[in-house]
Amino acid sequence: MKIETKYTGTIEIEANQLIRFEKGIPAFEEEKSFVLLPFEEGTPFYVLQSTNTQEVAFIVINPFQFVPGYQVKLPDSTIEQLDIQSEEEVATFVMLTVKEPFEKTTANLQAPVIINAAKQKGKQLLLSNTDYLTKHQIFNQHVKGEA
Amino acid sequence: MLVLTRRLQEVIQIGDDIEIKILAIEGDQIKLGIDAPRNIEIHRKEVYLEIQKENHEAGRKVSLEGLKGFIKGDFT
Repeated sequence: MKIETKYTGTIEIEANQLIRFEKGIPAFEEEKSFVLLPFEEGTPFYVLQSTNTQEVAFIVINPFQFVPGYQVKLPDSTIEQLDIQSEEEVATFVMLTVKEPFEKTTANLQAPVIINAAKQKGKQLLLSNTDYLTKHQIFNQHVKGEA
Repeated sequence: MLVLTRRLQEVIQIGDDIEIKILAIEGDQIKLGIDAPRNIEIHRKEVYLEIQKENHEAGRKVSLEGLKGFIKGDFT
């Protein structure tokens, strides 16, 4: 099937690439079908693109590459909703809020996107008892003088 | 809005399978115990609102130049 994407024009995707977000995601509750598209080769980014609405797309990354010690404990409800049988099925991403300059970009560690690729199901998990922030400075830990 | 008065350890039942119990009252804080089916999402309202707001922001169109110029070694 063909879909219109926010960043890369019209593309062809297969039905087995669709990821069902049964409840949408907060602020986009009506968006229930997404596809995960790798961004340019050599970069760690992916685009989580709605298959129904061109403008709805998020830049996401694998948090474990960038945040040492990041941990997400999946509640039983999530394991059940996403039909997760084993840890290997689960892919975890976090959404970026891209800023100018790019080094000021933040990642939402409080609400990771959990995807069960095998079952083509996903959800944004809201962690409640956590110190992780919605705006975690992800790229400039080593820049002096920055918060 | 329905308004009910409850005492410590008393329970409110919502529908067939949701129960909310008053577990503790300390000053201006109330500790609630909630029993609900797993498909019912329960969140602190302010957390949900904050995630909504952040998602809105994250969903804005971004310049891809920063992303394209990203070389892992630069930032980690």
